[in-house]
Amino acid sequence: MSDQVETTTPVASGGGADPNAAVKMVGKGVNVYYGDAHAIKDVSIDILDKTVTAFIGPSGCGKSTFLRCLNRMNDTIDVARITGTIELDGQNIYDKNIDPVQLRARVGMVFQKPNPFPKSIYDNVAYGPRIHGLVANKADLDVIVESSLRRAAMWDEVKDRLDQPGTGLSGGQQQRLCIARAIATAPEVLLMDEPASALDPIATAKIEELIDELRENYSIVIVTHSMQQAARVSQKTAFFHLGILVEYDDTSKIFTNPTDQRTQDYITGRFG
Amino acid sequence: MIGAAALAIVVLSVAIYVFGRSRAISSAKGSLKNLHSRPSYHGLFCALWTFLVGIVLILVLGVLSRQYIESELGGRLDGYVAESQLPDDGLAALEGVGNLDDAIAALEGVPADEATLAFTRAEIERFRDIRGGSARFETTNLQAQLEDIQRRLIIGDSIAIAEGRVPSRIDRLRLNLAQEFREQEQLRQYAIGGLALAAALLTALITFFRVSLPFRARNRSERLIRFTLFICAAVAIFTTLGIVLSLIGETLIFFDKMDWRVSDFFFGTNWSPLSNQREGFISPEDIGWLPLLAGTFMITFIAMLVAVPIGLMAAIYLSDYASPRVRAFAKPMLEILAGIPTVVYGFFAAIFVAPLIRDLGQSIGLDVSSQSALAAGIVMGIMIIPFISSLSDDVINAVPQSLRDGSYGLGATKAETIRTVILPAALPGIISAVILGVSRAVGETMIVVMAAGQGPNLTWNPLETVTTVTVQIVMLIIGDTEAELSAGPAFTLGFALFVVTLTLNFIALRIVRKYRELYD
Repeated sequence: MSDQVETTTPVASGGGADPNAAVKMVGKGVNVYYGDAHAIKDVSIDILDKTVTAFIGPSGCGKSTFLRCLNRMNDTIDVARITGTIELDGQNIYDKNIDPVQLRARVGMVFQKPNPFPKSIYDNVAYGPRIHGLVANKADLDVIVESSLRRAAMWDEVKDRLDQPGTGLSGGQQQRLCIARAIATAPEVLLMDEPASALDPIATAKIEELIDELRENYSIVIVTHSMQQAARVSQKTAFFHLGILVEYDDTSKIFTNPTDQRTQDYITGRFG
Repeated sequence: MIGAAALAIVVLSVAIYVFGRSRAISSAKGSLKNLHSRPSYHGLFCALWTFLVGIVLILVLGVLSRQYIESELGGRLDGYVAESQLPDDGLAALEGVGNLDDAIAALEGVPADEATLAFTRAEIERFRDIRGGSARFETTNLQAQLEDIQRRLIIGDSIAIAEGRVPSRIDRLRLNLAQEFREQEQLRQYAIGGLALAAALLTALITFFRVSLPFRARNRSERLIRFTLFICAAVAIFTTLGIVLSLIGETLIFFDKMDWRVSDFFFGTNWSPLSNQREGFISPEDIGWLPLLAGTFMITFIAMLVAVPIGLMAAIYLSDYASPRVRAFAKPMLEILAGIPTVVYGFFAAIFVAPLIRDLGQSIGLDVSSQSALAAGIVMGIMIIPFISSLSDDVINAVPQSLRDGSYGLGATKAETIRTVILPAALPGIISAVILGVSRAVGETMIVVMAAGQGPNLTWNPLETVTTVTVQIVMLIIGDTEAELSAGPAFTLGFALFVVTLTLNFIALRIVRKYRELYD
């Protein structure tokens, strides 16, 4: 296999991060254990606001695990144990005073497999605002649902069938519905765990377009197996390997001139 | 003899399996790939055919030939009939009687010195002992009926003598017939056994010689197996059908006896069908089933009031809150609760719970009877908890983890997730668990017999004694009433209860289909 791979070309919309972007989340010396297994080893990272950060790396490297630490989704797994600190706007989210439920309202999540609730499209999007009491009346809720669906670029597709079940949509539509559902809660950070891996190329393109638009308002962290996708949508890229954060830099730098040999090997397809 | 033939057929089937298989192997001449089907399929094809032909022949011929012999035996009695001619005054006395008891009573008045009359009366009495006193006795065509009764008695006695059972009487005629029957029976058994075995042998030979390289034994034996499976499924379906049809038939006969006063049954409030049993009839005024239905529903309602909340919450705890260790211990424990025989629950209810409720009630000034719907309902509810909790736990667990993650990821709490996502998604399964619980409660008998009482009582008060449909069926069947009298109301109650539960299930299914939330 030659060193010439297509991942070196499409660094167009990606590239470097805005040098003025503020730091949104900070991980310091994070370790994660699943029972006896040491899944994340001493990871420290700064995640910028209004920036798309991609986590790449071979399967089992810990990128999804680390992503789930950012909104404490690992709390739902009994055997998971975490040390170190992760700060959101300067406050440690693993602090005793922090309620994971409130945290997850600020740090939303979109999953690998589209998982709309078996409810109507409207109820899916209205779910977060309802449980968090974000709205006082139905009219306000209508506004949130519409704007969320518009920002997820699917309002025109579903506006006539908001009462139809969300599970009846196509895979790509379901995933965009899940994104609309996540942004309806008005989070500050949006975590996406391989959001396009179950979708066809056309649906994937739509999701990527959407991610690029959402960057204006949110800090987005995306885990992906596709290096082309990371190159296309992200400004910062973190390469994980065997639970270690090997290299974290501007996407253009990672894909054109990586410092570490392991990063070089991975992006050129030598392993992974 | 027939047993030996059946055994021989089984042995033959096994043998032909081995032979067919080895013939297939040898015809392949060392290269099994040339065979269309693997050798064991050839063996299976031979064995299945042999077995089916033999066994089916035994069953069919066995039933048919036995009937034939019995009717042959009846033919021998044609000349015998003159003996039991009734005198004219005897015939006159029997005009207008309705059943066997009445027939005997009527003959009491006729002068008894005539030997034939005494003989006839004794025959009727014996027949009554077999059929029961309220068995119908048609007033038309008296002579033929008497003859028929006698003939059937004599044949029954002869067969009893031949088979070493106790006959109602022994005389020369019966002994002769018995001897004849014994000879014919022996002949019959040899004939059937031999025929079936011969047919099986022939089948074995035919199938054995069909074994060849291109023979599609696999397809053929698969088809045969499919047919056998179909027969097994059909047995279950036809049994259900037969039960339902016999319920309907007996119900119609009962309503016919009640002059089609169907509304007296469905809307009457007085249930005491056996109050006229001495006179041998049931009055339509006494067959109102409302008290029983009300009792059934009250106890079922109380039981579900106990079982649904507790069972459902236990299921939620087990599936979403309990640690794996607690779950591994608690779930089997709950399921053991389902293994306790209902009779144990019954005396638990009667001896412990019912007096407890009575004492509690009395201490706060309530008048509670020592058997109450409340006691039976509570204990029945406890009995049903494991059904609901175990089934609900399964369906709640079947809701994909991705839905839970989705909800947690939006900042929902555990309780919010369960209430707004998991329970709606699991609702169809939960409802079917509840339906199953209701069917159990409606059909439950032991607990009610012991703890709720047997007295029909139309009341809204759960502290009073009530009875249920199933309990009354038990009372009718096990009581020392003649079956002829008690079977009618019992069948009718069973059929009505069946219709009620079927309707409930149907409605519940419609509701589920309308409101379910599909998650895949």
